Amino acid sequence: MFIRHETIEKNAILMLVLTLITISIGGIVEIIPNFTIETTIEPVKGVRPYSPLELMGRNIYIREGCYLCHSQQIRALKDEVERYGHYSLAAESQYDHPFQWGSKRIGPDLARVGGKYSNDWHYAHLIHPQALVPESLMPRYAFLAETPLETKILDKHLKANRTVGVPYTDEDIANAKKDLEAQANPEADTDFEATLKRYPKAIQVPGKPGEPTELDALVAYLQVLGTMADFSSVTPEQLNR
Amino acid sequence: MPTKIEKDAFSGRDTTGHEWDGLKELNTPLPKWWLWTFITTAVWAVIFCIFYPSVPGIHGYFKGVLGYSTRATVTADVAALAAQRSQVLDKIKDVPIAKVRQDPNLMAVANTAGRIAFANNCQPCHGAGGEGRPGYPALAADRWIWGGKLEDIQQTITYGIRSGHPEARQSQMLRFGVDGILKPEEIASVADFVSTLYGKAKPSPASAKGAAIFAENCVACHGDNGEGKREVGGPPLKGAVHLYGDTREAIIAQVTNPRMGVMPNWNARLDAATIKSLALYVHALGGGEN
Repeated sequence: MFIRHETIEKNAILMLVLTLITISIGGIVEIIPNFTIETTIEPVKGVRPYSPLELMGRNIYIREGCYLCHSQQIRALKDEVERYGHYSLAAESQYDHPFQWGSKRIGPDLARVGGKYSNDWHYAHLIHPQALVPESLMPRYAFLAETPLETKILDKHLKANRTVGVPYTDEDIANAKKDLEAQANPEADTDFEATLKRYPKAIQVPGKPGEPTELDALVAYLQVLGTMADFSSVTPEQLNR
Repeated sequence: MPTKIEKDAFSGRDTTGHEWDGLKELNTPLPKWWLWTFITTAVWAVIFCIFYPSVPGIHGYFKGVLGYSTRATVTADVAALAAQRSQVLDKIKDVPIAKVRQDPNLMAVANTAGRIAFANNCQPCHGAGGEGRPGYPALAADRWIWGGKLEDIQQTITYGIRSGHPEARQSQMLRFGVDGILKPEEIASVADFVSTLYGKAKPSPASAKGAAIFAENCVACHGDNGEGKREVGGPPLKGAVHLYGDTREAIIAQVTNPRMGVMPNWNARLDAATIKSLALYVHALGGGEN
């Protein structure tokens, strides 16, 4: 019924051919879908690349390992949609490199946390979570408020993202530092309007003028999560593919 | 290489027939149960691929004989849930909020819906029982900044406070210290006066000086005697709302460079019936006014 394993093991050419076939099948299954990846991204409007401040916040999110306790994917299940809102779309993480879907929920899902709480709340909560939610087992991140945000290679972060497919324009990269400062400081005499044009729905955070902290960046990132996609631009039928 | 399959005397199995420097190897094929399990899973995978969405193509993917879609399923599930709830929730939505309160059947549903929505959305700031936190007002106490009637609460939840929504409740305290409206020593005497309003300090010459400054700068929003003015969202100072602390230092800090909280407009996240239920729930926490 089957080719006896001796037959394969004793015939180098046959073994080579069969190995090649097996690896090819694996390769095809893994590689071919990448060529049609665009067909899996929904035509939802509004999803844009992260603003420089949000991008830096995202880096801190990754550095601190937030994904170990917080997921960023609302699954297409009734109870999840009830609690967290519209299920996550592929389009919503198309500019995430790497994506932050996570696989564990020790804390709540953060896919749509943007705008759910005030900026003040996020600051207070990240500095001392138990002051607001006594039963929380989240660690304190007070040090982020005292750590200046490293922006020396800010444009390189944007360029690196562009290399992997995020459509940052030359203008975006040239204005990266300005955009970051405008978003991190509502008091200063900066042109946040221009930043908003490049990055609609970006939320200004109350940082200290000229010295944005890592906490400012993280809050800006959290406040935009899940707010970009404009669900009125797609019908459920378009999504139910 | 000679191939001579022998029976191994010890295990009773065949050898592979090879011999390497006197070493012989037993021919041990995969156990039958393992092999058949493997074959079954492979066959199952093929069947699964026929019935469920699977193989990708150039223009999309093979959708499977059953036409199953997770997203279509969840859309239908959510719609079914909404239909099931709509019997009561639609009534809650359409009936004036005061009437809902008088109807025990509606109220039972509103209370449950409100409790769940509160735990999910309000608890992180206002506390599990609405007891409040520094910077976030208590809801279970009868100290209201914007009003504690059902309609007031509903309005606040719907549009939020300084949320950016055009209908949001809006109030702004001047930065008396930072913007140089009052001198630091004037602010200190105002703090001395304010402390007397809730018995933290006894009236003194300093507080008398503060009273005059208070009358000139603060009464427009906080009321003549610090009782608060709800129509402009001026928090009462007389009792104890004191979101940012009631020590002299805290008051000086607040007058110098005021902190002003933001509450999101929940109409962006919650439907009208849920907001109404929340208002009823919050109203019943202990501080509701009639």
